[in-house]
Amino acid sequence: MSEFSLFPESASTFAGQVDLLFWLLVAVTVFFTMAISTAVLIFAIKYRRSKSPVAEPARSTLVLEVTWSVIPLCIALFIFAWGADIYMQMNTPPDETLDIYITGKQWMWKIQHPEGKREINDLHIPVGTPVKLTMTSEDTIHSFFIPAFRTKMDVLPGRYTTQWFEATKTGEYHLFCTEYCGTKHSEMIGTVYVMEPDEYDAWVAGGVAGMTAAEAGEQLFSGLGCATCHNPNSGARGPHLVGRFGTRQALDNGPAVLFDEEYTRESILNPQAKVTAGYKPVMPSFQGQISEDNLMRLIAYIKSIGADTASGEESE
Amino acid sequence: MSSTTLEPGAVLDRPPRGSKRENYLNVKHGLKSWLLTIDHKRIGILYLIAITLFFFLGGAMAVGIRLELASPQGDMFSAETYNKLFTMHGVVMVFFFLIPSIPAVFGNFLVPMMIGARDVAFPRLNLLSWYVYMTGGTLSLTAMVLGGVDTGWTFYAPYSTTYANGWVILTGVGIFVTGFSSILTGLNFIVTIHKMRAPGLTWFRLPLFIWSHYATSLIMILGTPVVAITILLLAVERLFHIGIFDPALGGDPVLFQHLFWFYSHPAVYIMILPSMGVMSELVTCFSRKRVFGYKFIAFSSLAIAVLGFLVWGHHMFVSSQSIYAGMVFSVLSMLVAIPSAVKAFNWTATLYKGSVSYQAPMIYAFGFLGLFLIGGLTGLFLSTLGTDVHLHDTYFVVAHFHFIMVGGAIMGYLGAIHFWWPKMTGRMYSEGWARFAALVIFIGFYLTFFPQFVLGYLGMPRRYHVYPEEFQILNVLSTAGASILGAGYLIPMVYLLVSLFKGKKASPNPWDAKGLEWQTPSPPPTENFPSTPVVTESPYNYPGMEDERDRRADSEHAPARA
Repeated sequence: MSEFSLFPESASTFAGQVDLLFWLLVAVTVFFTMAISTAVLIFAIKYRRSKSPVAEPARSTLVLEVTWSVIPLCIALFIFAWGADIYMQMNTPPDETLDIYITGKQWMWKIQHPEGKREINDLHIPVGTPVKLTMTSEDTIHSFFIPAFRTKMDVLPGRYTTQWFEATKTGEYHLFCTEYCGTKHSEMIGTVYVMEPDEYDAWVAGGVAGMTAAEAGEQLFSGLGCATCHNPNSGARGPHLVGRFGTRQALDNGPAVLFDEEYTRESILNPQAKVTAGYKPVMPSFQGQISEDNLMRLIAYIKSIGADTASGEESE
Repeated sequence: MSSTTLEPGAVLDRPPRGSKRENYLNVKHGLKSWLLTIDHKRIGILYLIAITLFFFLGGAMAVGIRLELASPQGDMFSAETYNKLFTMHGVVMVFFFLIPSIPAVFGNFLVPMMIGARDVAFPRLNLLSWYVYMTGGTLSLTAMVLGGVDTGWTFYAPYSTTYANGWVILTGVGIFVTGFSSILTGLNFIVTIHKMRAPGLTWFRLPLFIWSHYATSLIMILGTPVVAITILLLAVERLFHIGIFDPALGGDPVLFQHLFWFYSHPAVYIMILPSMGVMSELVTCFSRKRVFGYKFIAFSSLAIAVLGFLVWGHHMFVSSQSIYAGMVFSVLSMLVAIPSAVKAFNWTATLYKGSVSYQAPMIYAFGFLGLFLIGGLTGLFLSTLGTDVHLHDTYFVVAHFHFIMVGGAIMGYLGAIHFWWPKMTGRMYSEGWARFAALVIFIGFYLTFFPQFVLGYLGMPRRYHVYPEEFQILNVLSTAGASILGAGYLIPMVYLLVSLFKGKKASPNPWDAKGLEWQTPSPPPTENFPSTPVVTESPYNYPGMEDERDRRADSEHAPARA
């Protein structure tokens, strides 16, 4: 991580693909630059004024102009398609991922592992396991960039963004903030530690013996009074949340939405926006009363009782 | 036009050197005659002086940035000062140098002359545009003197609206005001080109410089209002806490990026299209041959102007914008490469069977091509989704846009200065020094910015005050290059100024160029042409390209000329 090199380390499943496309682009660049420069040099020398005192007319033809438009167009479209394919993969996490929550703030990264372990500016992950980051910011826009993985995603206040990757090589890698965020932007950096899975398990279990994110979220769920209305009793003022996460949710005031992190977040902070079908818009807003970290714990809890893990009783 | 009865006083500054010809420079004297002039040529000179000052101011900040980055620690400036330096460098260079550069200086000087007109359509608006520009410049400079601003020239919200200290609004107002000078200039060019062409000067007889300025003007009048609105909204949120961009107030930060880039991406074409227009003039003149594929070059300028408005989202592939929007913006950005490639191929083909000479302006034209090719092709890396995710907001981007905006745009600008300097001042500069400077700038430029491509690929983010040690070698190379580049930019300042006093007198047409501006004395009289010229031939009608042959060739595969 700290030696001079002309090539970045490649340590994720994306890295090889991105590099291959990158070097194809380098080849295209070199080819066209050399071809045009060489032509310019040859013409400039061959037709220099002392040898060629009067120019001869040479007129462009439609065939020529179309040819040298269509060839670059085809190359560009091919590169587009390849790039779009990689981009789709980057934006399509597999079903089974290790979910880690990231909160950015001026000027640090706060990281919450599902098992409860928390860290700042360091990210420990297991090798060979797809990892999905769900990220938000407490203040301005940041961007979470791991060059060795070739992935990057902006981290915005007021919403969740995600990125996923699968590390292929153990080691230590740079983590940079790449969206300018104020005075100490260049110090909003950290280290990604890619470990063997069993080492990761040991690491994540060691140290602070605490609750998992979901357990902490469950405590908040009752502490904040959510359970008063969101309970299985018939006639409860809010929908029961077991088995909901990950399903499509019919609404009273709009088309159905996917019950995901973003929807959960919105429903806590701005409950009136998308009200579950059959319920009255009576829930108060928790805007300003709950930190981003605690929001993520609540979501971890609601997710833990969601469609994937629960029996799926009420999913519709 | 020698006069026998000179006014007393008018003769004082001019040593008797044969017959006195009245021209736009000596027709009136005194500061007032310049500050209240409505002569498009004098307004061009006013712009030249002003933007030169801004260029060296912005350049001085770049020197500061490069010195700080010579070492990985923050040992020269505090983080705050460094952030202000790169912000003000960007603001000054983009809004007060690059956007006005060629259009405001050479466009003003040449558009009326190239079309055989006496002046632009609205000479008073033209003067107003300079005052508006100076007012905006003064406001932004005041903000700088009072303490500066640290948002980056992109002013991303909610950092700029909520978290940044400093003179965000004052800087923004400066940019807002200056925008109107762009709008006035664009308006003037469009009306002038439509309504004031000399008899016989049909659209397809126009110099390509005019086509590129027409395309640029379209962007100026359509794009600039959007950045004005954006700055206004930013100020409203910052002052009155009305939620537009900051989610804490109920706003959307990505909306800011959409609005900002809707102008600021086309603004890149405001910077490069005029340079491309200059290129076409230089290549054809120094090949003594009609430019190859005239209509394709002309329409490619319009294509770039139109497509330029449809690609802003390629700045936002990792911003949380919809991935499908990302795909549309990616493919549209790819399309911009085509008209740019068409131009490069046609310029190259112009040399074929030409009669090429290597005078200084042509050396700058070669330099333009050498930098623009790299700048343009590396744009593909950033419009490709899969690679942009990695390269976005790294030094790769910094290198790419400097190759276009500094490499391309400034090489074109310098080419223009060297080409039309004899026309503007009536003096010839030192040819040897001019070629030498072109070489120094080219080498300095490559050394400064090429290592930054590698830095970006390695993952070094932009706008970093301190950085990991392994990036130092490449940063030192870049700083070393910057010192060469800086010296390279100073050399023309010296020999051009010297030429004003010691230069040989320029003939009306020192390059044997075609085009109406060369058919009037150097420097031209205030009214440009003794009598309105009548155009009877196609553009760039060099020896061997006579109309006779054209007509035959034209009737074979092109519609008859109007």
